[in-house]
Amino acid sequence: MTTQVLINDQPVTLQKGQTLADILDEYGTQEPFVVALNQTFVPRSCYAQQTLQNGDCIEVLQPIQGG
Amino acid sequence: MKHISDQWQLFGQSLPSRLLIGSALYPSPSIMCDAIRTSGASVVTVSLRRQAPQHQGGNDFWALLKELDCQLLPNTAGCHSVQEATTMAQMCREIFHTDWIKLELIGDDYNLQPDPIALLQASEILVKDGFKVFPYCTDDLVICRRLIDVGCEVLMPWAAPIGTGKGIINPYALTTLRERLPSIPLIVDAGIGLPSHACQAMELGYDGVLLNSAVAQAGDPVNMAAAFSSAVSAGRQAYLANPMVEKNIAAPSTPTLGTPFWHQDS
Repeated sequence: MTTQVLINDQPVTLQKGQTLADILDEYGTQEPFVVALNQTFVPRSCYAQQTLQNGDCIEVLQPIQGG
Repeated sequence: MKHISDQWQLFGQSLPSRLLIGSALYPSPSIMCDAIRTSGASVVTVSLRRQAPQHQGGNDFWALLKELDCQLLPNTAGCHSVQEATTMAQMCREIFHTDWIKLELIGDDYNLQPDPIALLQASEILVKDGFKVFPYCTDDLVICRRLIDVGCEVLMPWAAPIGTGKGIINPYALTTLRERLPSIPLIVDAGIGLPSHACQAMELGYDGVLLNSAVAQAGDPVNMAAAFSSAVSAGRQAYLANPMVEKNIAAPSTPTLGTPFWHQDS
């Protein structure tokens, strides 16, 4: 069975053993960015240990203008 | 002219200006920078949105923020639930390196009115998590009291719905807030359209004004930033100078003693 996660609503196929750090690298994230997994904040220090499951939703956000 | 000494601090940080300004909706990044500098604002609001790696926009904006060298006040704009808002606040804290958060929790998409119940819940969670919470709230006195009860040390009631530029639609409510919460820093946030609106808020005794669209969407944002800077200073100076009491009965300002020939019998 193919394992997929969503990054900013885009489906990405997950290879066996890939962590959050791996999938962020594959997605092409650029500094500065910050991440939530299933609507929960993930500190940067945890990316390499964070395992993923089929259907996980990853949000990758960056600074923008705000009011 | 002698200016009254007027130090202002938020969470122990001295701020040279009582104007807080947004970074959105400017015609260009360079105009944004010029307008923010001209405004003299020392606090600038920012936000977070999804990254599209093929675009480098976030990196460019990040560089501009560093050049501005202002205290950042990240917001949780667009959040509709406690979970969304608390998660976004935590994300803001990591990326912007500040525990200041402008807590926006929208309850209605027509007027972008804050959801007071969710705002209270999220404020309590974030205060316990060490955040300096700036809740964007309505001018409801009791909700404001509850926000203080859960640990908010600053309140940001609206003048009018975000982006409307209507000015202070309920001066009575804002006046009541000021009178009933004399020791809480109060910042009018949202709905300001003209410098006179900002001046009015300061004359009411508000500690500061936060605005964005009124400057960014002006025909000349840089000159409008200058106008708002003057208006906020004027309003504050007027408040400190203790304005005269409004009366219904007219009173001549020219001395009546020695009034010549006519009206002497009246």
